[in-house]
Amino acid sequence: MTKTIQCDIVSAHEEIFSGEASMVFASGIAGELGITPRHAPLITQLKAGPVRVQQPNGEEEFFFVSGGILEVQPHMVTVLTDTAMRGEDLDEASAKHAKAEAERQLADRSGEKDIAEAQAELSQAVAQLAALEHLRKKLKR
Amino acid sequence: MASGKEITGKIQSIGNTMKVTSALEKVSASKIRKSQNLMNATRPYVRMMRRISGHLSKANPEIRHPFTIEHDTVEKVGYIIVSTDRGLCGGLNNNLFRATLADMSKWQEKNAEVKLVTLGKKAAAFFKNVNVDILGSISGLGEQPQIEDLIGAVRIMLEAYRDEEIQRLYIVANEFINTMTQNPVILQMLPLPPDDDTELGDIWDYIYEPDAKTLLDEVSVRYIEGLIYQAVLENLASEHAARMLAMKNATDNAGDLIDELQLVYNKARQASITQEISEIVGGAAAV
Repeated sequence: MTKTIQCDIVSAHEEIFSGEASMVFASGIAGELGITPRHAPLITQLKAGPVRVQQPNGEEEFFFVSGGILEVQPHMVTVLTDTAMRGEDLDEASAKHAKAEAERQLADRSGEKDIAEAQAELSQAVAQLAALEHLRKKLKR
Repeated sequence: MASGKEITGKIQSIGNTMKVTSALEKVSASKIRKSQNLMNATRPYVRMMRRISGHLSKANPEIRHPFTIEHDTVEKVGYIIVSTDRGLCGGLNNNLFRATLADMSKWQEKNAEVKLVTLGKKAAAFFKNVNVDILGSISGLGEQPQIEDLIGAVRIMLEAYRDEEIQRLYIVANEFINTMTQNPVILQMLPLPPDDDTELGDIWDYIYEPDAKTLLDEVSVRYIEGLIYQAVLENLASEHAARMLAMKNATDNAGDLIDELQLVYNKARQASITQEISEIVGGAAAV
């Protein structure tokens, strides 16, 4: 019988932990969890709080998560942590922001003109160079 | 023949352009590696997400999430278009937009409505002149896009899908193959393609906390966000690679031109000296 369980903790930005563990502790939405090898399949939302990984050599790794999802299979634990603060209201606000941005872009046809103009000038210069180069090759032939 | 002064003026102005393009090239070259690292760092997250959502669909087949249900008729299509904020990256954005327009026109021929969410200034600027409905747009993601910056855009599309405002969702972005090659790709996001991981064959189910529907919802939303986040990072790496290449070409062209103009200038100078001498000699002979 196996005495360890594969534990992976990842966020969207990086792999935080990957390795064998003899026990994993986390705070689920319905209460504290202690997961040992051969735990029944479970999936839960995580509350903001610590996740502790007890490694077979007795050392303990300690992580803080601001929320996420934890999945347990008999041979593995996967923790997907959120890097963002989530919430219905916050998500709604950012959706509104994106909508407003689209409307602003549609309405405002002059915005950020200076940068755009400078860039257009530069890209024109680049295009001219390319055209000249092309012409030059043609003339040589 | 152009006078010496005219030519030196031209040489100088090309030289200035060359300075800009070579600076842009160097900046992009140093950013490629960073954005590639970012891109690779998200891979485990998306992989785990895919695994869990695969497990979920196996564990509880009787609860069908709306995101996995295929609609019979498709009358409205959504696209999330990932572009860059800045230009001067060769044909990167234009190739992407062309591919998108081709795909869109296929739907429009079937009388389907097209709805967009744009990421990046270039897509917003391009598609506002196209006859489509822009539901949302996000720009200014910068060098290190954060997943939380994308939540709003994703939510708009997911809600549109839930309310049957769209029956299908695609994401359009450049795929980073290597520093020389980037390809525009159009991927179907919704309905979620079924996962054929056959690892867990037996009948089993999870213990759900709080309940199956909430978790299914949560996992699918995060999965989609993860995929889009990855597409954004991949597009960022593509942007830097494409810009480096475009600017390198421009710098090389400018260098060649300067060499050539220098030659023309030298010839003109030589010609004027020769002329002066022959005038002097001619004058002396006349005396």
